Amino acid sequence: MTETETPARRAVAAPEVPRRRRRASGGGPGAGTIAAFLTPFFLPFILFYLVPVGYALWQSFRVVRRTGGQYGTSYTTFGGFHQYGQVLSNTEFWSSIGRIGLFGIVQVPVMLFVALVMALLLDTPLLKIKAFFRISAFMPYAVPGVIAAIMWSYLYSPQLSPVVDLFGHLGLHPNFLGPGAVLWSTANVSTWLWTGYNMLIMYSALQAIPQELYEAAKLDGASNWAIAWRIKVPIIAPSIVLTTVFSIIGTLQLYAEPAVLRQISSNISSTFTPNMLAYAVASGNNYQQAAAISVVIALITFVLSFGFMRLTSKRAGL
Amino acid sequence: MSNLTAGRRSASRESLASRTAVMALMLVLMVYFLLPVYFLIVAATKPQGDLAATNGLAFSHFNLFSNLHTLFTRSDGIFLKWALNSVIYAVLGAGVGTLISALCGYALAKFRFRGREFLFSVVLGGVLVPTTALALPLFLLFSSIGLVNTYWAVFLPSIVSPFGVYLARIFASAAVPEELLESARLDGAGEFRTFFSVASRLMAPSLVTIFLFQFVAIWNNFFLPMVMLQKESLFPVTLGLFEWNGQTARAPLLQESVITGSLVSIVPVIIVFVLLQRFWRTGLAAGSLK
Repeated sequence: MTETETPARRAVAAPEVPRRRRRASGGGPGAGTIAAFLTPFFLPFILFYLVPVGYALWQSFRVVRRTGGQYGTSYTTFGGFHQYGQVLSNTEFWSSIGRIGLFGIVQVPVMLFVALVMALLLDTPLLKIKAFFRISAFMPYAVPGVIAAIMWSYLYSPQLSPVVDLFGHLGLHPNFLGPGAVLWSTANVSTWLWTGYNMLIMYSALQAIPQELYEAAKLDGASNWAIAWRIKVPIIAPSIVLTTVFSIIGTLQLYAEPAVLRQISSNISSTFTPNMLAYAVASGNNYQQAAAISVVIALITFVLSFGFMRLTSKRAGL
Repeated sequence: MSNLTAGRRSASRESLASRTAVMALMLVLMVYFLLPVYFLIVAATKPQGDLAATNGLAFSHFNLFSNLHTLFTRSDGIFLKWALNSVIYAVLGAGVGTLISALCGYALAKFRFRGREFLFSVVLGGVLVPTTALALPLFLLFSSIGLVNTYWAVFLPSIVSPFGVYLARIFASAAVPEELLESARLDGAGEFRTFFSVASRLMAPSLVTIFLFQFVAIWNNFFLPMVMLQKESLFPVTLGLFEWNGQTARAPLLQESVITGSLVSIVPVIIVFVLLQRFWRTGLAAGSLK
């Protein structure tokens, strides 16, 4: 094993040396210049990304203790995995995770499937006025989640909604804000916001495929349908993986949309999503517990994103 | 030329039925995407009393100007203050953010130094960090140094965009040829001068893309300002409208201002969006490269 590796490594390393020497003599930037380019980004990146991550980790291992009973002065001390134990045995935590899991399992595939179908249709000669479709579908991306949820909450509200009126004429009386429906009403807001964005990512990838690839398939008599599913979809698979990972991250962070719908529906609790739970716990001044929740959410995000990327890259044989 | 005619020929081969079906499907989807905005436009033109009394999809008494007047004079014109705050956070934040992302991405693409790949993977890891997970610890850190409830509390974290660095690196390697940098160096230009007078011009379209992505991210941000700010005069428009919306149960007359305010705050951004469409597509195409 080691014997076969050595010549290969030497072969890679050999051209490195003269190249580096040539650069140095050609007057490449010095270490100070490089640092001057990197620091303006990395300084705030460290301060506002890495330090908070480290601080949250540190806090999640602390507990608050009091000296001498309930009215004694409080102090924080090392508590091991105490906060994590509390989080993992908290039923509200698990029900928020369960809710968001159900949301993600349904909403993400539905949204990405619609986005993919739209992207494929926009990429065929079947459709006219493509620019109008593309822009209209992408437009919700410009709308903040809070405002999207406000708009939809008027369309859900039994008093104001023309949609509810329309169903009423058909003899139906849906309650979009009912206990069973409100999760899907939230999912609808997310779908409205992000379908066009995901569609545009997939569409851009489709546009980058050279037309010649299809010409051969067309000469062989392949239908548009076969070309779409057998050629186009496999080629843009990396984009679909990317949109899935972004959607998983977004779902786990859900906050603004349910928070707005909570203002008009009593069926959304203050601990509806994991992020709402973290905020509610922090508002009760239990920062150590809130930090532990944030860390657990981030860990789940990492595991799911990387897990999904590993799974798909293995399946594609890459 | 030959591609074009081939495409046209295959188009005519498709049956009328499938073309109609595709068109119908797309039109249904467009109704879905445009309906909430259309509803908002209609609702913003109505007097408060007509909101519940008339059909939500049909115009009634045209009251838009009076609604706008109420919106901008309510609580001493606080809405205008919120809108300006959003512009300050988003334009300045995205401006500074684009500059530092461009410098960093350019350096990661064009300079060879030890630890370059490591730094880039740290940045990539940053793309995956859920930003809402950062807001609570940042609040505690900022409150210990007295930054909470200031412009800085929202502005400073907003300038950091790992995704922007990722895009800048891709764009810099694609748009700035190595030979150009070599010849600029031989001419004795310093690295910063080369960056600002040569590289940044070649990267200009992609810098617009990075700016737009970050602008939207800051403009749409809600969790960070909600955690950081209590003072109403510092709110961005998202947080302000959220507060008003929460009060409509007690003060139903606020409803019309929430609706008009929502419309006023999305229309300019949508217009900019449509005008700058092509920049999104280059960015999204680059973002999906593996």
